[in-house]
Amino acid sequence: MNFYIISILLALLLFSFVAAFALFAVYAERKIAGFIQDRLGPTENGKYGSLQTLADILKLLQKEFIIPSAADKILFSLAPIIIFISVYMGFAGLPWSAGVIPISLNIGVVYIFAIISIESIGILMAGWGSNNKYSLLGALRSVAQVISYEIPSGIAIVSAVMIAQTLDMNAIALRQGIGTPETIWFLGFWDVSHVGGIFSWHIFQAPHLIIAYAIYFIASLAECNRAPFDIPEAESELVAGFHTEYTGLRFGFIFLGEYSMMFLVGMVGVVLFLGGWNTPLPNIGALKLADWTSGIAWGIFWTFSKVLVIVGVQMWIRWTLPRVRIDHLMDLCWKVLTPLAFLCMLCSGVWRLLIM
Amino acid sequence: MIIKKTINAFVTAWKGLALTLKHFLSVNKRRKSIDIKSDNYFDQKEGIVTVQYPHEKMPVPELGRYQLDVVIDDCIVCDLCAKICPVDCIEIESIKGTGPIGVTSDGTTKRLYAPKFDIDMAKCMYCGLCTAVCPTECITMTDTYDRSVTNVAELTYKFSYMTPEEAKLRREELAVQQAEKQAIKDAALLKAAQEKGKI
Repeated sequence: MNFYIISILLALLLFSFVAAFALFAVYAERKIAGFIQDRLGPTENGKYGSLQTLADILKLLQKEFIIPSAADKILFSLAPIIIFISVYMGFAGLPWSAGVIPISLNIGVVYIFAIISIESIGILMAGWGSNNKYSLLGALRSVAQVISYEIPSGIAIVSAVMIAQTLDMNAIALRQGIGTPETIWFLGFWDVSHVGGIFSWHIFQAPHLIIAYAIYFIASLAECNRAPFDIPEAESELVAGFHTEYTGLRFGFIFLGEYSMMFLVGMVGVVLFLGGWNTPLPNIGALKLADWTSGIAWGIFWTFSKVLVIVGVQMWIRWTLPRVRIDHLMDLCWKVLTPLAFLCMLCSGVWRLLIM
Repeated sequence: MIIKKTINAFVTAWKGLALTLKHFLSVNKRRKSIDIKSDNYFDQKEGIVTVQYPHEKMPVPELGRYQLDVVIDDCIVCDLCAKICPVDCIEIESIKGTGPIGVTSDGTTKRLYAPKFDIDMAKCMYCGLCTAVCPTECITMTDTYDRSVTNVAELTYKFSYMTPEEAKLRREELAVQQAEKQAIKDAALLKAAQEKGKI
C-alpha cells in the first residue's frame, strides 16, 4: 500500500515540478529573447513581468476546446496527452542526486531513450488527426527529423555507456565523481578518484566524449524541435506546424511537453556526459571542495543548475541561429553526425580496452 | 573538405552566438530616448531600445505632425484649410462682420466671424496641408498625439467659442446692415430711374 502512495506522491511531485519548470522556462525564454533582441520582454504582470506565464496559463485554461469537424476526433484529443505523458514518464528514470531517483532501473538509459521516441507518435497523431495540410506537413517533418536524429544521439549515448559499462543512470552518474566505485582517470593518465570535480566528468575522462556530447546536444535540439531545427513548427512556413489546430488546455499540454522535453534532454546529457549530480569543484590539496559540496541536497542543486545552464544555452541558440533547411538538416544528420558518432563509439571501445 | 566545412560551421555559429551574447550582457544599459535632433543621437549603440510608452515618452518636436490646434483669435476665416483638406475633416461657418472686427497677431485685418470651426480628428490623416496654406498660421500641428475617447464625437474638436446667441446677434447685425445697404441701393436706383424718366 505504502508503495502505491509513494509512487503517486512521486508522480504528483514530478508533475508539479514539470509544470512549474514549464512556467518558468516560458518566462525565461521570453525574457532571454527580449534581451538578445534589445527588448525588455514581458514587464507588465507582476514585478518584471514574472506573473506573465501564470496569466497566460489562466487564459489557456478558460479557452474553449475546438475540434475541427473534419478532424479525427480520437487521434486529435489523444495526441497532446501522449506527447506530454511520454516526456513526463521520461523523468521517472532520471537521477537527481546520489540515490535520489524516482525509479532505479538497471536499463535506465534504454528506458529513457525509448520513452522519448514515443513523443514522435504523439506528434504524428496530432498532425494526422488535425486533417490539415500544414499540420500534416509539420508532423511528417517532425517525425522524419526525430527518427533521423535518434541515430546519432543514440550512438553518442552508447559511446558514453561504453565508457561507463552500465545502463543504470544512477551508476553512470556515480562513477563521475568522488564517490566512484572504480578508479577513474582524467584523460587516461591522472587518477582522479579522490579529486573529483570537473576532471572526473565523462567528457574529461575520455576526450572524444566531448565530440559525442556535441553530437548529442545538436541531436537533442532536433529531437525537441527547437531552433535551429524547428522546421516542424516553422511559423513562417507552416503556421504552427502540428499544433496549428489546438486550443486551450490541449495546446497547453503540447507546450508543456515541449518545454519539459528541453529539461529532459538537457538532464540526460548532464547525467551521461557532464557528471550528473557531481560537483564541478575538485579537491585541491587541503581544500576539499568536492567533499564539501557533495551530498543529497548539493546533488539536487548541481543537477538543477547544470540543466538550467544547458536549457539556457538551448534558448540562446534558438534566438541566434536561423532555421536550417530540411535537406541541410538531413545532410547534417546522415553525412556528418552519424559517421562522427560511430567514430566516437569506436574510440570508446578502443579507449576502454587500451587505456582504462 | 568536410572538416573545413564543420570548422566553418562552428566558427560562424560562434560569431552569431557571441553577437547575441554581447547584446544579452548589455541588458542593464538603456538607450535614452533623446531628441533626434541632438548630435549624439546615433552614438548610442548598445542597450535596451524599448520605450515603455505609457510610462515614458519619446521626445517629439514641439510642432510635430500630430493633433491640430487652432488659435481662433488669429483666424481670418478664409476657409482655405477646409478647402485643401483631402478628407474634409474641417468644417467652418462664417458670418461677415459689419466692418473690420479686429486684427490678428500678425497684423491682418479680420472681417469675418467664425461661429463654427470644427475639426474631426477621427477623420484627419495628419497630412499637414492645412497648416501649410493658412495665411496667418493660426492652425498648427502640436506635439499631442495620445488621445483616446469613449465617444467618437469627442474627437470633433470645436475651436470656436462663439455662443449661438452671439452668432444670432451677428447675423442680425449683418442683416440690418445689408438691409440698410439695400435700402440705399434701392433709393439710388429709384432716383436714377426717376432722373431717367425726367429726361
